[in-house]
Amino acid sequence: MIHSLFLINSSGDIFLEKHWKSVVSRSVCDYFFEAQERATEAENVPPVIPTPHHYLLSVYRHKIFFVAVIQTEVPPLFVIEFLHRVVDTFQDYFGVCSEPVIKDNVVVVYEVLEEMLDNGFPLATESNILKELIKPPTILRTVVNTITGSTNVGDQLPTGQLSVVPWRRTGVKYTNNEAYFDVVEEIDAIIDKSGSTITAEIQGVIDACVKLTGMPDLTLSFMNPRLLDDVSFHPCVRFKRWESERILSFIPPDGNFRLLSYHVSAQNLVAIPVYVKHNISFRDSSSLGRFEITVGPKQTMGKTIEGVIVTSQMPKGVLNMSLSPSQGTHTFDPVTKMLSWDVGKINPQKLPSLKGTVSLQAGASRPDENPTINLQFKIQQLAISGLKVNRLDMYGEKYKPFKGIKYMTKAGKFQVRT
Amino acid sequence: MSAAPAYSEDKGGSAGPGEAEYGHDPASGGIFSSDYKRHDDLKEMLDTNKDSLKLEAMKRIVAMIARGKNASDLFPAVVKNVACKNIEVKKLVYVYLVRYAEEQQDLALLSISTFQRGLKDPNQLIRASALRVLSSIRVPIIVPIMMLAIKEAASDMSPYVRKTAAHAIPKLYSLDSDQKDQLIEVIEKLLADKTTLVAGSVVMAFEEVCPERIDLIHKNYRKLCNLLIDVEEWGQVVIISMLTRYARTQFLSPTQNESLLEENPEKAFYGSEDDEAKGPGSEEAAAAALPTRKPYVMDPDHRLLLRNTKPLLQSRSAAVVMAVAQLYFHLAPKAEVGVIAKALVRLLRSHSEVQYVVLQNVATMSIKRRGMFEPYLKSFYIRSTDPTQIKILKLEVLTNLANETNIPTVLREFQTYIRSMDKDFVAATIQAIGRCATNIGRVRDTCLNGLVQLLSNRDELVVAESVVVIKKLLQMQPAQHGEIIKHLAKLTDNIQVPMARASILWLIGEYCEHVPRIAPDVLRKMAKSFTAEEDIVKLQVINLAAKLYLTNSKQTKLLTQYVLSLAKYDQNYDIRDRARFTRQLIVPSEQGGALSRHAKKLFLAPKPAPVLESSFKDRDHFQLGSLSHLLNAKATGYQELPDWPEEAPDPSVRNVEVPEWTKCSNREKRKEKEKPFYSDSEGESGPTESADSDPESESESDSKSSSESGSGESSSESDNEDQDEDEEKGRSSESEQSEEEGEKKKMKKRKKVPEGQREGSSSDEGSDSSSSSSESEMTSDTEEEQVEPASWRKKTPPSGKSAPAPKEISLLDLEDFTPPSVQPVSPPMVVSTSLAADLEGLTLTDSPLVPSAANFQLCTQTRQFYVSIQPPVGELMAPVFMSENEFKKEQGKLTGMNEITEKLTLPDASRSDHVVVQKVTATANLGRVPCGTSDEYRFAGRTLTSGSLVLLTLDARPTGAAQLTVNSEKMVIGTMLVKDVVQALTQ
Repeated sequence: MIHSLFLINSSGDIFLEKHWKSVVSRSVCDYFFEAQERATEAENVPPVIPTPHHYLLSVYRHKIFFVAVIQTEVPPLFVIEFLHRVVDTFQDYFGVCSEPVIKDNVVVVYEVLEEMLDNGFPLATESNILKELIKPPTILRTVVNTITGSTNVGDQLPTGQLSVVPWRRTGVKYTNNEAYFDVVEEIDAIIDKSGSTITAEIQGVIDACVKLTGMPDLTLSFMNPRLLDDVSFHPCVRFKRWESERILSFIPPDGNFRLLSYHVSAQNLVAIPVYVKHNISFRDSSSLGRFEITVGPKQTMGKTIEGVIVTSQMPKGVLNMSLSPSQGTHTFDPVTKMLSWDVGKINPQKLPSLKGTVSLQAGASRPDENPTINLQFKIQQLAISGLKVNRLDMYGEKYKPFKGIKYMTKAGKFQVRT
Repeated sequence: MSAAPAYSEDKGGSAGPGEAEYGHDPASGGIFSSDYKRHDDLKEMLDTNKDSLKLEAMKRIVAMIARGKNASDLFPAVVKNVACKNIEVKKLVYVYLVRYAEEQQDLALLSISTFQRGLKDPNQLIRASALRVLSSIRVPIIVPIMMLAIKEAASDMSPYVRKTAAHAIPKLYSLDSDQKDQLIEVIEKLLADKTTLVAGSVVMAFEEVCPERIDLIHKNYRKLCNLLIDVEEWGQVVIISMLTRYARTQFLSPTQNESLLEENPEKAFYGSEDDEAKGPGSEEAAAAALPTRKPYVMDPDHRLLLRNTKPLLQSRSAAVVMAVAQLYFHLAPKAEVGVIAKALVRLLRSHSEVQYVVLQNVATMSIKRRGMFEPYLKSFYIRSTDPTQIKILKLEVLTNLANETNIPTVLREFQTYIRSMDKDFVAATIQAIGRCATNIGRVRDTCLNGLVQLLSNRDELVVAESVVVIKKLLQMQPAQHGEIIKHLAKLTDNIQVPMARASILWLIGEYCEHVPRIAPDVLRKMAKSFTAEEDIVKLQVINLAAKLYLTNSKQTKLLTQYVLSLAKYDQNYDIRDRARFTRQLIVPSEQGGALSRHAKKLFLAPKPAPVLESSFKDRDHFQLGSLSHLLNAKATGYQELPDWPEEAPDPSVRNVEVPEWTKCSNREKRKEKEKPFYSDSEGESGPTESADSDPESESESDSKSSSESGSGESSSESDNEDQDEDEEKGRSSESEQSEEEGEKKKMKKRKKVPEGQREGSSSDEGSDSSSSSSESEMTSDTEEEQVEPASWRKKTPPSGKSAPAPKEISLLDLEDFTPPSVQPVSPPMVVSTSLAADLEGLTLTDSPLVPSAANFQLCTQTRQFYVSIQPPVGELMAPVFMSENEFKKEQGKLTGMNEITEKLTLPDASRSDHVVVQKVTATANLGRVPCGTSDEYRFAGRTLTSGSLVLLTLDARPTGAAQLTVNSEKMVIGTMLVKDVVQALTQ
């Protein structure tokens, strides 16, 4: 299936290559560079590039292209999903996934890749198992290894690999047993010029950090499971139980993982917690334009909106902007024409606003489109859909774990058209 | 790691193998370059005894490989370390070997013996990794060794090793395709494997080696369907796509009789959506109701596949969701395909690469099944931050989804897109508007007006694209649009984009009758600028000239001749040719008048309006979700998705020969409905079970199967007699039976079997009626007796009876059972052909290891008797006699995973030597091994079928604390044995 993998940085250097079958010359990447040049922007590089003898499938993350070379028919999502899994694994191992980090840990990276695929077919991709096979480097372990000569490589087959719960390693021990769940909801919305909602939907995830001894069996139930319209589970969740009782029952992996992602049905009206008042106009006659935006809260259920950032891609004709914010800081990059305003908290008594003028290129005609405004924000302690966890129970182990549940609402792809 | 700077100017990957061959000759090494000196220190490090230095060197070498630097000259130095004790060094050496062995085949052979040794290692991880590396070094000489290793590993007891064997199959196949036949045998064997770990990998191997051997799947089809949900994600994808192909060859099309539904397909779509909203239950109901409406009845196996894949739509892996979606699209009845829409829309939240692939597939699906995605229209709305390629795909989907009802919203959305900064996207939007206009007549005028407004846009690209689209729209109803054509004619002064100019000229030429005054003027202007135009425009100028000449030759004769003369000396062949051709046609010379009479017909023939089609139309002849579909071209190795067969192939090929004991208990289950353990096998034996319904055929099939199962456990009468004897002897001789006696008895039993069978079969015809009548008579008794077995078993512990007997046989109601006088009755009872073999097949991951009792009833003329045979620990064992030293030696070999230890406290009653020995031998048929120390007991045995050693050690302290250790290659047996012995000893 997957023949080879090349890691290419943004300046076009191949800084790592790994082959699972016969070696494929790195010159195959020339086709990729060609496509990259044509695409002008990194995210516009087509994920699948056919070449005379191979097919190049790539993903772009953390400013690195992960280019897989395949030779025969294979579901493209299979490869793409795998490449993303590789990136996630690196992130899990090293905290960040970046070129310098990969270069520093090249041997571990290589060993991990070796374990992940055998003859191009995925072998061990669960990070819990990989971490038993090849232990992630930590400062302490590096020191210990140098002194004692022990290694990063496990010599026993991870028990998970054989059991029916391949995602969990055995013999987990903690002194403090804790299980934390974060319910994070993102609002994706497109808001009309006039402020009416064109489309809005809520996508939520439940991320868990479970550090429990032994083989705990957890159940998580919701007050209002009917809200969840469409869900996708971590493999550990027992599907039958969900189908019949709407209860999440699972033996969790050790550490951080995404338990569930869900979509709140479109039938429920989505509460939009912020509004943006804008007045952006360019005049034909002068080379100056007016720019004014105000952000305010609505339907926040008494919570404060934090971390508000407003960004907007200005039209090409804009030379510069002279703006004054009532709070926060703003920047305008005259090269990329990107305006960014870091607002911070919204105080309902004194609404933050950004006013000023836009100077246009002299002689250029009035841009015929207005920029769209992208919004980011966070609301702590609130799941905007109203989803509530009812209770978390643990079976199979005797101790009392410490449990915690946190809610948060964020802006996903939140756009205001002007 | 730290090696990075020092080796930065190593010779690059370009160095061919030949050059490298030179390099590792130590004599010549020094001459070449300083590189070799640098590598010398690595060689030194590799030659030392210190593991840390070796490790450091290997890390540096691997770092070089990772960066694509050539490290092949180090091969001899590295290969020496293949047997290194340090596991990390070893691993890195493996990495190196796999990378370079192909280039240095001779040297690579040095390492083979190490792997061969590794293949025999008791640690499964080492066995697996040895096989992995052995199969990964692409050296043709070792093909036979690989073949052997794969065959051996395919029957390894560790599923992990078997998985590795499955992975090795395509490797060997790519190295030497002559091995195909042998490999198929291995694949066949592994396909029968029941563990989820192996399933995905072996199907992968199947797909690469012999995808055409669909017949291998028949027997495993139901098993694969049932295992699917527990297979890891990657395996799921491969299995699902293989099963899609399989189903296309084996089942009938669920849509073949859809003509009934065809009348209102929209309604059917909506129906399915509504059902979804109501809940999964009603969806099932709808599916069930479907067959009643039409003659088509879905094969239960087809249904099984659909049912078992549906939950996977909830998978976190996009690849799995896509695989299920394509399966439903290709296999499910129309009304059920709707369920996949929601899941696919969910994937649009994922990374942009995933979106790209999913949208391509949605685009194809939305052409065929528009209703499916209509409720999710808004999910395809475009955001300004989407990458252009995603925007264009979403646009495609939106256009496909547009219909009479939603077109206003869609067009409003398009209006916003037109003002986007991304010009490629704007152009695509204009085309999309054009397509909407052609497809939906009602909005054609609105669209056209909108597009005409765009003509005043400042961006030339936008204008040009609009012109092209307007041209196509006008062709549909030219008569009413003289105004627009005039407007377009004015544009020729400003528009520079060749395509747009050409379009305008063509329009004017085609409809010159609608604009009789403007057209000659346009030609005049074009004639002036003819030489400066692009080729495509020039061609259209010639066309325009010709058409005008034919309709309005008075005004344009001179102009036309001028244009034709200019064209005659053009640089471009095509233009010169066209000019010559046109001149001959419209301005005929003396000879060639025949054609020119028809010139008007030729040039001004009514032309069909263009059909604006999606580029995704007809893409669904490729299997969705495949690379070929994405590229719209056949990729290497693509397996064509076959058409549905006209006639359904024989569905019975999928019937698995259910081991007889299962069938037997199935029958049992029919009587006592709740027996969860066998719930799974119901599906497997489904179609065959119909035979069970009438007692006649039942007895027939039963008797047949009993004669098939030749071994001793299965016949009825002889067993009964035997049983009686057994019981009596057991009671009288009070368990002091020797092993020999037990053996003898077994022999005796075997001898007796054929007799009983002969009797049974000979009396078949005569007793059929009697047996059925007796059965009906006995029903009342049956009720009572069924309750009994449980309590009875509780009273007598399993180890209580004769120790060597391999099975516990319990008979009920013996009081009034008089074996000799009873006339042999027809349905001889059925037991598994060999229970031992069945149990051996069980592995760690399999369902409960509790040996289940085989229950059956004996029918006599007067009564029925229930017999239950329950085997103890998984396999039969025979004692082995060995010395203490031998014992210790063997035990040393079976450590680690193969050793199971348990602590226990011996009750006072069982502390004496005698009791301990008796209890152990009563539990398992083991032989005592002499032992030096007094509180240690050793026993040894061998399993009968596989002949693997089972060693048992009991270390008993005088205080009563004891430790029990079992060493056995068969881990399952070991665990079970420990449990049983502990139970026996502590009682």
